[in-house]
Amino acid sequence: MAEAASVLDGARYTGFVTVADAGLRGMITLRGDLASDAVAGAVKDAVGLGVPGQRRVHAHGDRAVAWMSPDELLVMVPYADASEVAGKLAQALAGAFATVANVSDARAVFTLSGAAADDALCKLCPVDFAQLGAGEIRRTRAAQVAVALWRSGEGEVTLVCFRSVAEYVFGLLRNAAAPGGELR
Amino acid sequence: MSRRLASGGRLIDRARPLKFTFNDQHMSGFAGDTLASAMLGRGQVLAGRSFKYHRPRGVVASGAEEPNALVGLGKGERFEPNQRTTTTELFDGLSATSQNHWPSLEFDLLAANNLVPQFLTAGFYYKTFLRPRAFWKHVYEPIIRRSAGLGRAPDAESRDPDRYELVYGFADVLVIGGGVAGLQAALAAGRAGARVMLWEQTAHWGGRAPVDGVEIDGQPADSWIKSAVEALEGMENVSLRLRCMGAGVHDHGYVLGNERVADHLPGASGPRQRLWRVRADRVITATGAIERPLSFAGNDLPGVMLASAVRDYVVNWAVSPGRTVVVTNNDDAYRTAIALKEAGEDVPVIADARDEATGALPQKARDLGIRIMTGTGVQKVKGGKTVTGVALCRIDSDGSTHTEVLDCDAVAMSGGWSPVVHLWSHCGGKLIWDDAQAFFRPDPDRPPLGHDGAGFVACAGAASGALGAGDGLADAHAAGAAAARDTGATGDAGHPARAEAPEEAPLRQVWIMPARAGYALRMKMWLDFQNDVKVSDVQLAAREGYHSVEHTKRYTTLGMATDQGKLSNINGLAVLSDALDQPIPATGTTTFRPPYTPITLGAISGEAKGDLFQPLRRTPMHDWHAANGVHWEPVGQWRRPFAYLRAGEDVHQSVNREVLNARSNIGLLDASTLGKILVSGPDAGRFLDMLYTNMMSTLRPGKCRYGLMCNENGFLMDDGVVARLDEQSFLVHTTSGGADHIHGWMEDWLQCEWWDWKVHTVNLTEQFAQIAVVGPKARALLERLGGMDLSREALPFMGWAEGTLGGVRARVFRISFSGELSFEVAVPAAQGRAFWDMLLHQGRDLGVMPYGTEALHILRAEKGFIMIGDETDGTVIPQDLNLNWAISKKKDDFLGKRGMERVAMTDPDRWKLVGLETLDGSVLPHGALAVVEGVNANGQAQTEGRVTSSYYSATLGRGIAMALVRRGPDRMGEVLRFAGAHDARIEARIVDPVLHDKDGEKLHG
Repeated sequence: MAEAASVLDGARYTGFVTVADAGLRGMITLRGDLASDAVAGAVKDAVGLGVPGQRRVHAHGDRAVAWMSPDELLVMVPYADASEVAGKLAQALAGAFATVANVSDARAVFTLSGAAADDALCKLCPVDFAQLGAGEIRRTRAAQVAVALWRSGEGEVTLVCFRSVAEYVFGLLRNAAAPGGELR
Repeated sequence: MSRRLASGGRLIDRARPLKFTFNDQHMSGFAGDTLASAMLGRGQVLAGRSFKYHRPRGVVASGAEEPNALVGLGKGERFEPNQRTTTTELFDGLSATSQNHWPSLEFDLLAANNLVPQFLTAGFYYKTFLRPRAFWKHVYEPIIRRSAGLGRAPDAESRDPDRYELVYGFADVLVIGGGVAGLQAALAAGRAGARVMLWEQTAHWGGRAPVDGVEIDGQPADSWIKSAVEALEGMENVSLRLRCMGAGVHDHGYVLGNERVADHLPGASGPRQRLWRVRADRVITATGAIERPLSFAGNDLPGVMLASAVRDYVVNWAVSPGRTVVVTNNDDAYRTAIALKEAGEDVPVIADARDEATGALPQKARDLGIRIMTGTGVQKVKGGKTVTGVALCRIDSDGSTHTEVLDCDAVAMSGGWSPVVHLWSHCGGKLIWDDAQAFFRPDPDRPPLGHDGAGFVACAGAASGALGAGDGLADAHAAGAAAARDTGATGDAGHPARAEAPEEAPLRQVWIMPARAGYALRMKMWLDFQNDVKVSDVQLAAREGYHSVEHTKRYTTLGMATDQGKLSNINGLAVLSDALDQPIPATGTTTFRPPYTPITLGAISGEAKGDLFQPLRRTPMHDWHAANGVHWEPVGQWRRPFAYLRAGEDVHQSVNREVLNARSNIGLLDASTLGKILVSGPDAGRFLDMLYTNMMSTLRPGKCRYGLMCNENGFLMDDGVVARLDEQSFLVHTTSGGADHIHGWMEDWLQCEWWDWKVHTVNLTEQFAQIAVVGPKARALLERLGGMDLSREALPFMGWAEGTLGGVRARVFRISFSGELSFEVAVPAAQGRAFWDMLLHQGRDLGVMPYGTEALHILRAEKGFIMIGDETDGTVIPQDLNLNWAISKKKDDFLGKRGMERVAMTDPDRWKLVGLETLDGSVLPHGALAVVEGVNANGQAQTEGRVTSSYYSATLGRGIAMALVRRGPDRMGEVLRFAGAHDARIEARIVDPVLHDKDGEKLHG
């Protein structure tokens, strides 16, 4: 039997913040006219959430929708549901100019938890974390690779990168969160 | 002789002695010492040797401006050259070594250079080492390298074990400099409500106000500083950082700062240094001012110091240089005489260049019983390795006679002050010459401009030219309040603190001392202590026609040392102005460039070293490769297996084994790195017809087609197989290295040119693990997994199908890059490794064996298939590779069509692709050129072709090659001569590049 596995298989590191592999997450890229009723309806039916505005992320339980660009959304669901939800979205948007693709396997997801999570991340990402509120997603970079991140809970940031660089990003986060590096 | 005073020292803790070594001599100092104060406290005045003449050098300053007292710090992996002792905080176990001496600091043979200084004048190297040319490299360069230079580079094989990091910061107002002006500016901006960041390069707040005895708001400076820092620490919108040097101010309020987090705590956990990269709306530079040396003969001897530095050592670290003569052109230096006297030290005389000295400070000095000689300067300093005395003379004389000779241990000199305008100037802030105070200061009307056309840098306090504490605080408050207001802060900035300091009389501009000094004195007046540039050198440069200050700088090397001329620049350009008989502003300054003081490379690279040096992209099967003898090859940022070595094999043997096995059993290739881009939408077919040279819109769903992509010039850029998924969508396979570029290329055309076409692209490269199952038994293996009909009838060559293989959802592409029966199977990446393991397990008895990229190359070369990057190099069009069949004649247009029609592209003489067979069966060198008789205009052999791919073919048992040859395809059977190593010539016959299975029976199997 071929079990699906995330690159880091649940790895965890605790420094002045805790960095953890969040495991596999269902992710679906949806490109289309974000202002259209078709997209709004399809997203609502698929995950029960509205289309987020620029740089916003809507989340409820294990489902979320994030704005990625003026014509692109990222729909997030449990990994096991991704194919089915992608199918539903594709079907609902069959008549519209829209593209749906399951990208769950192309990503790695990390959570950083701890009061000083921002202090670790600001060593890697050119983001003004003091201005990053709840419900906002930032597409940025961590050192040399692209990432997206948002506040996913109290003292918690979720960070998504491409699968192939998961070990590089985990190494970056470990290094940034290592004891002694606190920004006193 | 310098020594530690019995009491005092506001920064040292006598209860905490620290041990250190200098040139392996054991010494001790106190917590709070700098290395410089500890060495001076121990009587170690001599610190190193100068760059050119190997003259003895001692501490001249007390901070970042120090040009002389540079040492090699640390040992082994932690060794760092050229560290300023004046900014190095002492720690227990510190180890320092002096630099640029041979054989020893005390006795330097190369100081002989010093005996003939007239031979080493400005431009000496240019003039002396001009001829003969043959001597440049092997005679002159080694001589110069031996004699000139500072610290040695760390050992090339050592690896810095320390951690470094970058930090991205944001602020409304960034205040650089934590003296009283910086604190005041931060208080104003912070109270007004702006988000403020405050940096101080030293380990202490308050700058030099406490040393200078300033009173603020009726209290000693120290206690005002303490309460100001407490107030700032209490503000949530203010962050403070010590040991953080403002390194550079760049466009759009981008500021670099170098924080020395743990230089003073070796071995502590955490980063040693961090580099701040800050975006600030407004920048306030409260960087203070630097005292200028005076140019008199022998001013470079150890023991001659800046007057301000002398009182810093006395007040901050309780270190006295001994019996000290003060020489000055201003009132401020009297503070030094007073500080020394109050510490119980002997000050035989203050030589003041001015005709009278009647201000409050001179009066106080007189009251303390210090002798003051006005209208007097230094004729020359006496001494060898340190000062032993000083000869005084009339300031307006030619210095041929002295008025008095005094014994002393030290000379404290002050030629006035220069505001630190570096950060203001980095991004275009202009300066004005203030003749009354004799310095360049920022012109507030011409600041560096931001994106909105408004100035984004302001100076505060001494940095803006307000040298007095009272003016400085008012100036800093105004700057802080204005900056906060500019960023939208609306709070009350409060009032500036009031400072009391004695009034000071104007200085007298003194650029050389005495004013009419003759050549013998001028050639002993140092301007640049580190690079050994003297007054006579600048004057010579002026006589030789160097009128531009920038040219003079480079010709004489004035200000080009590691201190970047912090002490020498203004004096040098004043001397140049005088020599050119023009006012100082007409000469101007050289360009101020970041960083303000040197930053170690470790801090600049941050976390990017070792495993984090650059991202390494890994396929889902990466760990399997690593555990199975892989020999890696970098492909873009991926690592791909070049071959898998088994016990006792070399790479060559492994590759041959892998090739033969793929031809006879089953080979597995990790092809996950191939680009996979989904192109979808009503105009997808039309779009791909423009991108590819051949027709893609006619492809039927379920089918695959090989295609070529060219750039606008017609040059071949990428190739790969396109699969049509459904009516509106295609999956485009690109080369491994080309995936990101081609995706960007597609988006460029869609967003910028064909924005109204209805096409989406999604890069799915990493969604799938892709495995090529290759060889005569490939179908048998996949059928064993079960789940899909992969028969020749159900899935013919160049078809694809979707289904489940061994329980894993899969897309199977019936394509071949090897010439064998071949399936490329794409499965979800998260199941890639498991699927790979399943293939290995199920295929064991069928002879399944992974192969690497080298076998891949050989297999394709045996079939005559081209490889982007081997057969192409950015100058090759598809026609050169005989790929005319893949260029549509039906399409009106495609990218590159017009380019291919240009005259040079249709020239029948172009080099075209052929196969090669060496007559002796050997393997041609990669890139070997086919040579013909004659030479070109440069005397090089004429050529008519080059090898693009060359391998040993285990299948054929001999070397095979592909080459681009002039009119190649028309010359089948001809024998060419290729250049090998050592003038060898290798003969090879032109043949058809397809060497294996010409009829494609295996391929279609």
